[in-house]
Amino acid sequence: MKNRSLVSINDYSPAEILEILNLAAEFEKNPGQALLTGYVVATLFFEPSTRTRLSFESAINRLGGRVIGFSDSSSSSVSKGESLKDTILTVSNYSDLIVMRHPLEGSAQYASEVSPVPIINAGDGAHQHPTQTLLDLYSIRKTQGRLDNLKICMVGDLKYGRTVHSLLIAMSAFQPLFTFIAPEELKMPDEYKHLLDKKGIPYQEHRDIADNLNDADIIYMTRVQRERFSDPLEYEKVKNVYILRDSMLTNTKSNMRILHPLPRVNEINPDVDSNPKAYYFEQALNGVYTRMAIISKILGVK
Amino acid sequence: MQDKKELKVSAIRNGTVIDHIPSQNLFSVINILGLNKIGTQVTFGFNLESKKLGKKAIIKVADKFFEDDEINKISLVAPDAKLNIIRDYQVVKKRVVSVPDEITAIAKCMNPKCISNHEDITTRFDVIQKKPIQLKCLYCEKITDQHHLEII
Repeated sequence: MKNRSLVSINDYSPAEILEILNLAAEFEKNPGQALLTGYVVATLFFEPSTRTRLSFESAINRLGGRVIGFSDSSSSSVSKGESLKDTILTVSNYSDLIVMRHPLEGSAQYASEVSPVPIINAGDGAHQHPTQTLLDLYSIRKTQGRLDNLKICMVGDLKYGRTVHSLLIAMSAFQPLFTFIAPEELKMPDEYKHLLDKKGIPYQEHRDIADNLNDADIIYMTRVQRERFSDPLEYEKVKNVYILRDSMLTNTKSNMRILHPLPRVNEINPDVDSNPKAYYFEQALNGVYTRMAIISKILGVK
Repeated sequence: MQDKKELKVSAIRNGTVIDHIPSQNLFSVINILGLNKIGTQVTFGFNLESKKLGKKAIIKVADKFFEDDEINKISLVAPDAKLNIIRDYQVVKKRVVSVPDEITAIAKCMNPKCISNHEDITTRFDVIQKKPIQLKCLYCEKITDQHHLEII
């Protein structure tokens, strides 16, 4: 993994994913390791994403590294019309690693081709966000003690949600069982179902949340966004259907945990927050350990 | 005299005849093969009658013999093209074009949010289906199909 860019979750083999998760667990036990003294990491956020940026910067700071960068392209030379290539080539002179978020799909792949220093993709449009996937995997393993043979229930926008697609691909190496719960307009795309068919991984599809959560080990919630619907009436019909409430959790398994990539709007009712099965805020903390592990591996200090 | 005139336009002594090009894609084929920059004699016919294609185009390139890699690039715009290799006025070989496994610098990604449509990037695709054509962008990983195919 040393000096290799992380653009897509497919860049890591299942063995490498486990290596990252093991190192993240080590950092969770002992977070104060100044492994990056003397290193400079650039965080280039061509579109704002405060949560992701702070998680990366927290990870870099905990490792004793220095951070340079921008949080919004309007305050950088991009607003003067500089190309992505020029920005990357310039910043690579100032840093040992570039973490980038960009609204255009494929931008991280392109940056990794032109950059002399490794790139970590912190989200490129609707395409990929591999560090989110790795922290999801870390959260799943931490709460269930394993990654294999788990029942994963995905709820909400399964059509456009990049986090569910990446998680599906990454989990498919560990013999999962999937349940997909989505409105007709936001069903899991065929290409992902074909992929599961090819690997012999079973899945069920449902329209309703009720009664379909009880055998799940993980419930992965996503936001149903108004702008995804061509027909506003359809949105009005489903917007209150895909909301998880505490009352729905009565018969769920005791080991079950609820994940959500955040930010949440109304798809998880606040009455769930105090249920011990709610895990989404701890999941965000896991992101720091996971990113510490990824950065350390790529810079070769671990 | 009539014969001689006919000969000059339609036959070549040595070279390649590319037949069964869809008329509307003639200039794409010329661009892809760089025939606008070639030094030898090039003649082409446009809007010729064709039972198969309706209107077809034909190109005759003197003293030029294409490598497979080179000619297969036109498969995106002229999948049914047929080549006649001419030596001393005789057809010595016929061949068809085949779609390569990878396409570089010819097609445009149909995803408006793909980085390749915003920066000066040489596009690259994996061919995931040959007929009808489906291209997977190596940047955004979105599929461009025959219907949305645009040649740069």
